[in-house]
Amino acid sequence: MESILTINNLTKKFGYLTAVKDLSFTINKGNVYGILGPNGSGKSTTLGIVLNVVNKTQGGFHWFDGNISTHNALKKVGAIIERPNFYPYMTATQNLRLVCKIKGVAYSKVEEKLDIVGLLDRKDSKFRTYSLGMKQRLAIASALLNDPEILILDEPTNGLDPQGIHQIREIIKQIAAKGTTILLASHLLDEVEKVCSHVVVLRKGVKLYSGRVDEMISSHGFFELKTNKQDELVTLLENNDSFKNIKVEDDLVTAFLNTPMESEDFNKHLFEKGIILTHLVQRKESLEEQFLQLTDNN
Amino acid sequence: MLRLLNLELQKLLLNRTSKILIFVSFILPFFVILLSSLKINVFGFFTLELGELGIFNFPIIWHLTTFFASQFKFFFAIVVVSMIGNEYSNKTIKQNLIDGLSKKEFILSKFYTIIFFSLVSTVLISLISLCIGLYYSSYTEASIIFREVEFLLAYFVKLIGFFSLCLFFGMLVKRSAFALAFLFILYILEWILFGVMAWKLDTSLAEKIQNFFPLKSMYKLIDQPFQRIAMTKFPDKVDLSYDYGTHWYEIAIVLGWTALFIFLSYRLLKKRDL
Repeated sequence: MESILTINNLTKKFGYLTAVKDLSFTINKGNVYGILGPNGSGKSTTLGIVLNVVNKTQGGFHWFDGNISTHNALKKVGAIIERPNFYPYMTATQNLRLVCKIKGVAYSKVEEKLDIVGLLDRKDSKFRTYSLGMKQRLAIASALLNDPEILILDEPTNGLDPQGIHQIREIIKQIAAKGTTILLASHLLDEVEKVCSHVVVLRKGVKLYSGRVDEMISSHGFFELKTNKQDELVTLLENNDSFKNIKVEDDLVTAFLNTPMESEDFNKHLFEKGIILTHLVQRKESLEEQFLQLTDNN
Repeated sequence: MLRLLNLELQKLLLNRTSKILIFVSFILPFFVILLSSLKINVFGFFTLELGELGIFNFPIIWHLTTFFASQFKFFFAIVVVSMIGNEYSNKTIKQNLIDGLSKKEFILSKFYTIIFFSLVSTVLISLISLCIGLYYSSYTEASIIFREVEFLLAYFVKLIGFFSLCLFFGMLVKRSAFALAFLFILYILEWILFGVMAWKLDTSLAEKIQNFFPLKSMYKLIDQPFQRIAMTKFPDKVDLSYDYGTHWYEIAIVLGWTALFIFLSYRLLKKRDL
């Protein structure tokens, strides 16, 4: 698979504080990646280093095949870091034209991208008159100007109202659907869960996991059950080796699986034992549950 | 190079404040010089015509106009300092780098802009001096007209040197107001150092050392012309004579500072985490 970004043993120290410690991972073309981690886990620092604004202490990284200088590689990358940064006294069009000059892109792209983010009717308004949501959308338009090979987004929905968050997510989904590689840093897990296929999990600058979202923890999922004969159900489950632990909350019984099991077979088995379920749900841990499990265990 | 210049010009010319300051620093001196060259009738009592004093004669006019015009450089210094300060306060420096500008290109785009405006200013001042000179000067032989055109070179170098210093201070403190304060502090510091040296050593040696200081070396490129005008009026007073010329070593010193300031600005940016 074609690699876009390779990070090798990257370390960054701010004085005594180690923000990123011996980090390695690879971003491949066509996937949507999430970088997860609590606040201060080194997500933004890592992105800052690969985007040429933070100096690394040790280790290295390279863009694409490694035969291109970082600043030239960045012309093929679209990135938004934290807050949208533009010249307040210029209009949206003027700001984007400036980016065109830096990236070496034709001006014709400006209107096209403003249309994607729905800012075409405000293109001649000065940047300082924009709301935060509009500023963030302009930032996305700016990042898309060069039709980037990879789009890097760092906390794109931070500080936005629900409508703003929804708009940004819709835009990200559209972009992902076109097959653009995306790297999304966030501490909002449902955000990552909704769009990402792969994750890198960081805590205190150390990588805890990198790989597919659904393989994050080795788990076969769990059943959520309700029945009128709760005591019989619990006894039955406790005597079954397929389940590693049983949790009872009011009338809801949660049974964690040791081995793969189909809900159909399980239901049949219970019915044969004379237990009739009123509620049966089989699912895997949400990203949030997986993430908390992962960050607690280490 | 044109791409970088173009980039920076867009940033400057779309900003109203810098547009006004650029106008003031480059256009105003020409109006002042132009006005002073006109015949002014003071309420019908007498006519004041500076041209009559012989100060618009070649080659002294080169000296006079460059000296006066260079006093207006402070306005553009504000522009230089704020073009760094704004990049930091808007965080657009970070965005520029993320968009694919290298740190070297960032500094170069600022430096090219400095050269560009210094050049424009030098061309303008030489044109206006030439016009006024041709109109007033008693001597219009080519050999006399072009005798002291090195003042134009000195003017050009002086502007580049001074603005490079501003650029460095801007990069150093990131805020426009503080950078201007630094300029003022440097000015005072140079005089304090001079005072200490004149006191500990002797005055003439101290003066020689002072000529190597950044601000003083830039000032020395074009010495004040008043004494020279006085000299032309009273040629027999020997104690008025002084060395007003522009020398190659003076230019070399300022170019040395310029190179140092630009290099240090680059180093500073390279080492810094944004």
